[in-house]
Amino acid sequence: MDHFGFLLAAYSAIFAAIFLYVMFIWNRQANLEAELRAMEAKLAALTAPPHPDPQPGSSPDVSEP
Amino acid sequence: MSKRLGNILGAATLVLITVSLWMIFAWVPTEAEEGIVQRIFYFHVPCAWVAFAAFAIVAVAGVFFLWLGGQIWDDLGYAAAEIGMLFCTLMLITGSLWAKPIWGTWWTWDSRLTTSFVLWLLYGGYLMMRGMLEESEQVARFAAVVGIVAALDVPVVIVSVRLWRTIHPAVLVTRQGGHGLQDPRMIVTLLVSIAAFTLMLAWLLTLRLAVLRARTRLGAIARAVAIAEFRRGQSV
Repeated sequence: MDHFGFLLAAYSAIFAAIFLYVMFIWNRQANLEAELRAMEAKLAALTAPPHPDPQPGSSPDVSEP
Repeated sequence: MSKRLGNILGAATLVLITVSLWMIFAWVPTEAEEGIVQRIFYFHVPCAWVAFAAFAIVAVAGVFFLWLGGQIWDDLGYAAAEIGMLFCTLMLITGSLWAKPIWGTWWTWDSRLTTSFVLWLLYGGYLMMRGMLEESEQVARFAAVVGIVAALDVPVVIVSVRLWRTIHPAVLVTRQGGHGLQDPRMIVTLLVSIAAFTLMLAWLLTLRLAVLRARTRLGAIARAVAIAEFRRGQSV
């Protein structure tokens, strides 16, 4: 390996490491955001007030499509 | 706000890194004695600078966490330690790649190299501890103390070339005083590279803090879901 090889190796190591680290962060952030959305939807479903059971003989609500 | 700041810092980093690469490979003159391999210096020194700055942030965040408490200080310390470790590793690798053609060896137990390696080991231990133990107030407090103590090695690394006999070049501040750079363009190139890497540190901190904040939020929502499931189970 001549001296240019050492120079190339040093700069390649720096850019490769930083690129991989940024990819790791972005990937982790995307996974966490997906988990957050799923968890928020689950929480909303759990804390929503239960729908009242329709009484026998009562007319169905037709105001909503 | 955080995402916008991250984008601005990322774009600014990219621009400044491009400028610094142009300066390193097209503008700055080749050093007479060491030749082309001396150009490693323009990214090796900024790597060291970012590592030291990040470890200083770990120490400051640790002090504020112990003093005031607050998740943000713990997150800041954790993020800075991780980034500092990355750049400390790069500093050791690029230093080794410079040393082989100049000194004829990849590594020697010189005072600057040894104290830098000790620093790398200390923060390696810090990150291993944080990775292996479950997050809690006690772990965060212990990590803050370790982060502060480990940062005490940073000034030792900096002054090691003046305190002990060493073969590591003292370029920025020589033993006789002044700097060891022969051409003013070398100083300008080094300063631009340091500015680019400082911006990169800020950008990476913003990105990593966003991940840690999302993790904290996920933990809070997971707890709320568990409580809601427990209450629903009781009411049925």
